[in-house]
Amino acid sequence: MSTKAVLEPSTETAVSRRGFFVKLGILFNGMAAAVVAVPIVGFLFSAITRGRSNGYLSWVQLGKVADFPEGETRLATFRNPYVMPTDGTTADTACWVRHVAGEQFQVFAINCAHLGCPVRWFQQSGLFMCPCHGGAYYSDGSRASGPPERGLFQYPYKVENGSIAIQAGELPTPGAAIAALTGDKPPCA
Amino acid sequence: MRMMITSIGQWFDRRLQLAAPVREIAEHPVPRSTASWWYVFGSAALVVFILQLMTGILLALIYVPSGAEAWSSLQVLNHSVTLGWFVRAMHGWGSNFMVALVLIHMMQVFLFGAYKFPRELTWILGVFLLLMTLGMAFSGQVLRFDQDAYWGLGIGASIASRVPVLGSAIVKLMLGGPIIAGATLSRFFTLHVFVIPGLLISFVCLHLLMVVKLGINEWPMPGRIVKRATYINDYHELTKKDGAPFVPYAVWKDMFFAAFIILAVAACALYFGPFGPTGRPDPTIIQTVPKPDYFFLWLYALLSLLPPSLETPALLVGPVVVIAGLLLLPFLSGEGEKSWKRRPIAVLTVMLIAITLGTFTHLAGYTPWSPHMNAWSGAAVPDQFIHGTTALERQGALIFQAKQCRNCHSLGESGGQRGPALDAVAARLTQDQLIRQVIQGGGNMPAYGKNLSPAETTALVAFLETLHPKGQTPARDASRDVALGNEKPVAQP
Repeated sequence: MSTKAVLEPSTETAVSRRGFFVKLGILFNGMAAAVVAVPIVGFLFSAITRGRSNGYLSWVQLGKVADFPEGETRLATFRNPYVMPTDGTTADTACWVRHVAGEQFQVFAINCAHLGCPVRWFQQSGLFMCPCHGGAYYSDGSRASGPPERGLFQYPYKVENGSIAIQAGELPTPGAAIAALTGDKPPCA
Repeated sequence: MRMMITSIGQWFDRRLQLAAPVREIAEHPVPRSTASWWYVFGSAALVVFILQLMTGILLALIYVPSGAEAWSSLQVLNHSVTLGWFVRAMHGWGSNFMVALVLIHMMQVFLFGAYKFPRELTWILGVFLLLMTLGMAFSGQVLRFDQDAYWGLGIGASIASRVPVLGSAIVKLMLGGPIIAGATLSRFFTLHVFVIPGLLISFVCLHLLMVVKLGINEWPMPGRIVKRATYINDYHELTKKDGAPFVPYAVWKDMFFAAFIILAVAACALYFGPFGPTGRPDPTIIQTVPKPDYFFLWLYALLSLLPPSLETPALLVGPVVVIAGLLLLPFLSGEGEKSWKRRPIAVLTVMLIAITLGTFTHLAGYTPWSPHMNAWSGAAVPDQFIHGTTALERQGALIFQAKQCRNCHSLGESGGQRGPALDAVAARLTQDQLIRQVIQGGGNMPAYGKNLSPAETTALVAFLETLHPKGQTPARDASRDVALGNEKPVAQP
């Protein structure tokens, strides 16, 4: 009886007092959600925003030039410049260093330009071969055969005080910053 | 005693008030024809899902979702914790069984026309349940943080990076940073343990609710056409005339099959043991041949066999088309015949998909497209190919081996299958063609011109020319003899 009496007026007017408060409540909650959403979205997308404009890339030492004999291609490893304590061995990365002559090098990413599997260098046949989907590259990194659409990714390098350093820090994929830097030349047999 | 149990039960039910609705659900009438062994796959998938939840919780007691420690914690589970290997094996095999059951259930639903009016939304939720099941299978493979997981993530990242404009951002979002590392594992742990299971549970509840509310699909009879205007009345009439309570009339078959599946999972776990982990997730160890789990093998084969120019469109557009097709199916054919006997295209579609996926999976089992990395050092040129050869030809055999030709070409049944077998190559290619092929490559073969001296090429081709079946002469270019005045042509690389 008493509840009915309380509810009755709300059905008569277009915007009742309670209806207004419900709408205000929704608006208030929407505002609260928007305020909280800003830091949440910022947190969620921090992996992208932190790395804007090559932010993840930095120069990493690979070793002495003398460790890489002229005319040979050797495996080098480095620790990724951006590391978290929980990364373990995953932050260690390998790359192929080809000492062309003098201070001229080519430093290839280990990741196949097709889908990222680790390519292996075969000195005798002068080819890099991928174990996953059968991509093959010539000694200068250009595409030889198989599914890759391009040559191997190359790290920018510099030689200083007898040591070689590369600019690294990001998984080399077709969309990564490194792909645009070098190694994008069309294949030629 | 019995009185006491009854009164305790009544005490709870007066407060919970669940007995009546539960009884109503259990005893809701189903068409007698649905008490069939064909109708047991959905419930079996649900039971395996519950098994996965339980074994997953048990694994989480030991597993550490840290890039640095996950692999070691799996070793502890496998070797140090009592029956840890068995729980891992149950979870791994449970995953395979669940994917298989969901696929079989979907195929049955499709062939029985159960997705038609009014069960469109049940089907759509089912499509999402399939995608989530596959998402669980992939993210579970990542949590087994080994070499396969690491390089599998690399493949995932490489595919994602091909998205125009947003590729690089999607990769970083997926990996939780610039490289595959600790943050990546934590991300996939969150997906595998919180996000997807939460969605799965709620979607399973809705899926089941609709099965109960709309009634289980009746056994399709050829000629009994589904029409929006009449179907619901027809169905109610059917369950009234020829219906029986779900419990116990139909449920016993579900129970038998579910128990059989659980025992099969346990038997596989016991006999085959847990999956991996393979080597440490250390990307500096490059002596690895990464391979995905069973239900993604077809994709592995597809990625190897697609022409390069088709790959990116296929990877980006293909999934959208397939998922859109599945979601739109009940709207495109929401009425009409349900019986597979009157739906030949449906039957052919299922067969085509099954054969295609089966063939790709089979191919991925022996990867004919991949060079056999160790064939050149592991398998010597068989005797019969060197017997009675000249010094030059033997020199060629040596070069053939040393230049790792056998990584891609087989000889005497051993070696790679990437290129054609060379046992009878001289019968197919003339000397000139052999020289050209070796030096310039082509047809998916790299060019070796830069890597072979003229003398090496001469020797290699001399050896290749001996490779023809007994009694069959090698291929030769007749005009060549004339042009050179019957002289034996000499290799001029």
